[in-house]
Amino acid sequence: VGRYFGRKLFIYALTFFVAASIDWMIPRFMPGDPVQSLLSRSHVTPEALPALQAYYENLFGLDKSILAQYANFWGALLHGDLGRSVYLSGTPVTNVIMGALPYTLALLVPAILLSWWAGNKFGAIAARRKVLDNGFLPIGYILTAMPYMWLAIIVAWVFGSVLGIFPISGGYSFAMEPSLTLAFFGSLAVHWIMPFMSLFLVMFGGWAIGMRNVIIYELDADYSRYLGSLGAPSGLIRRYAYRNALLPQVTGLALQLGVIIAGALVTEIVFGYPGIGKLLLAAVQNQDYFLLQGIFLFIIVGVLIANFLVDIAYVYVDPRTRVGMRGGAA
Amino acid sequence: MMNASATLDPSAPIESVSRRREILYFAIRRPKVLVSGAIILLFLGIGIFGPIIRPGDPNAFVGPLGSPPDSTYWFGTTSFGQDVFAQFAYGVRATFLAGFLGGSIAAIIGMIVGFVAGYTGGIVDEVLNMITNIVFVIPTLALLMVVTAYLSARGIVVEALFIGLTSWPWAARAIRAQTFSLASREFVDLARISGVPSPRVIFFEIAPNMSSYLFLTYILLFGGAILIAASLDFIGLGPTEGVSLGLMMYNAVAWGALPLGMWWWFLPPGIGITAVVGSLYVMNVGLDEIFNPRLREM
Repeated sequence: VGRYFGRKLFIYALTFFVAASIDWMIPRFMPGDPVQSLLSRSHVTPEALPALQAYYENLFGLDKSILAQYANFWGALLHGDLGRSVYLSGTPVTNVIMGALPYTLALLVPAILLSWWAGNKFGAIAARRKVLDNGFLPIGYILTAMPYMWLAIIVAWVFGSVLGIFPISGGYSFAMEPSLTLAFFGSLAVHWIMPFMSLFLVMFGGWAIGMRNVIIYELDADYSRYLGSLGAPSGLIRRYAYRNALLPQVTGLALQLGVIIAGALVTEIVFGYPGIGKLLLAAVQNQDYFLLQGIFLFIIVGVLIANFLVDIAYVYVDPRTRVGMRGGAA
Repeated sequence: MMNASATLDPSAPIESVSRRREILYFAIRRPKVLVSGAIILLFLGIGIFGPIIRPGDPNAFVGPLGSPPDSTYWFGTTSFGQDVFAQFAYGVRATFLAGFLGGSIAAIIGMIVGFVAGYTGGIVDEVLNMITNIVFVIPTLALLMVVTAYLSARGIVVEALFIGLTSWPWAARAIRAQTFSLASREFVDLARISGVPSPRVIFFEIAPNMSSYLFLTYILLFGGAILIAASLDFIGLGPTEGVSLGLMMYNAVAWGALPLGMWWWFLPPGIGITAVVGSLYVMNVGLDEIFNPRLREM
């Protein structure tokens, strides 16, 4: 098991290194001068331009050699210094992102886990009921094909605008200040439901279809047929098939992470939910490159951590990885 | 050896004709393929002919402000009096373009990496595998947003290029696995022994034997590129000129179509994307059932 994790960790470390290097390279090697383009978009008086230019060049460290710039970048990065947000008047990027992170995590983590669990259960049930299967399959495909933001728009429109049950936008009531009161948490919960629901639905469709397809395959496999011919109760066969079908679904979770996170970002934008996604939109609209690059690094780190958790889960659900690693076969 | 190729060759054309007929036979009896194909053709038609019906700038302020659909403005107008149908038609065109270019670039890279890694093996395989894993783990959209944010003028082609450059890893993995299993077959060995150069073996022996698989992969890459492009457009990192379905959704949300209940503004772009991508997915499943006789009886 140690070798398995060692290899994985090496890949993840390498990925982080590559991603961070890309992050550093982009402003320096893209066509055009980032400082000039920042200046041309800034709204300051002409007299203030030289000062601003000097400030930006200092920020990027453009006056030093390229290697020194790279070393400085890593030095700052390892201290958790991602630069300062231009649009939020100089607040450190790390602080800005940390403030938005809890909202995104509160949406993502329950939505991923619950949709994965419910989707797998539902897919397994649908696979063996013809009527349910025929009815669900088209709906499932429509759900997976939906862009996350569009389902979010529809959920917001139906439940927020037409029915008026939930508030359309924000992370809590605009009339409130964040505090540790019951009323504030109530407001948080009411604003959380719709973004959660729309994220949950898109993912649910994907997991259910995946599970349905795998379990049909597993129920057709030799071991299932053999069990059946021995006269084993169908419940037992299904339980074995389900456990086997879970394996590709666990892998699928790792594969889908990037898409899911992207989906969460755009869902937040639709609902004006104060997480990373909303921050991202603000960064794009205000040309706040430090914030943008900081968000990029945070997402990478988040994806890597999540991938590692999935790896651990995989070892837990698939005994073959444990045995195989000890024998050194894989 | 001579004997083997001699007996193989004459039968080959007959086999391919009957196989094509067989595929057609099952295709027209598959409601999945028929319906999804019809939907894709419908939207392709809108993308091709829609802009011809509504020439001119789709962003021009032509009609009344925020009016619901009527006989002149089929899909109504935006709060600024833009024709939603015109935007939709141009957006569908952009969607197909993004899917085609992005999907094709991703398919080409995925095939090259997958074929080479699967056929060559050894250290080349290891290195390519590592590159694939690294690109795989980096979330596509996160990388794209940093890259595109620095481009001051963006077009659909540039957007599609970057989508293609980042979304190939899973295809490369799948193709590598298939190539790997085919590479040890006898007919490939035969070709290799007779001194056929590797690229020829890959393109004339291995690729034709997994052509249906490659086609299915391409369909999924096409659909994936459309979804990624829509998300990018929605964040405001899409093409700086023109319209796209993602941009329409962004504008609808940004200018308060939701609280105003202007459903004709935000429903069409989503329906367009969902219908095209959903049809591609369903077509993928349907074609899989045709190509793979084992799935037919189900």
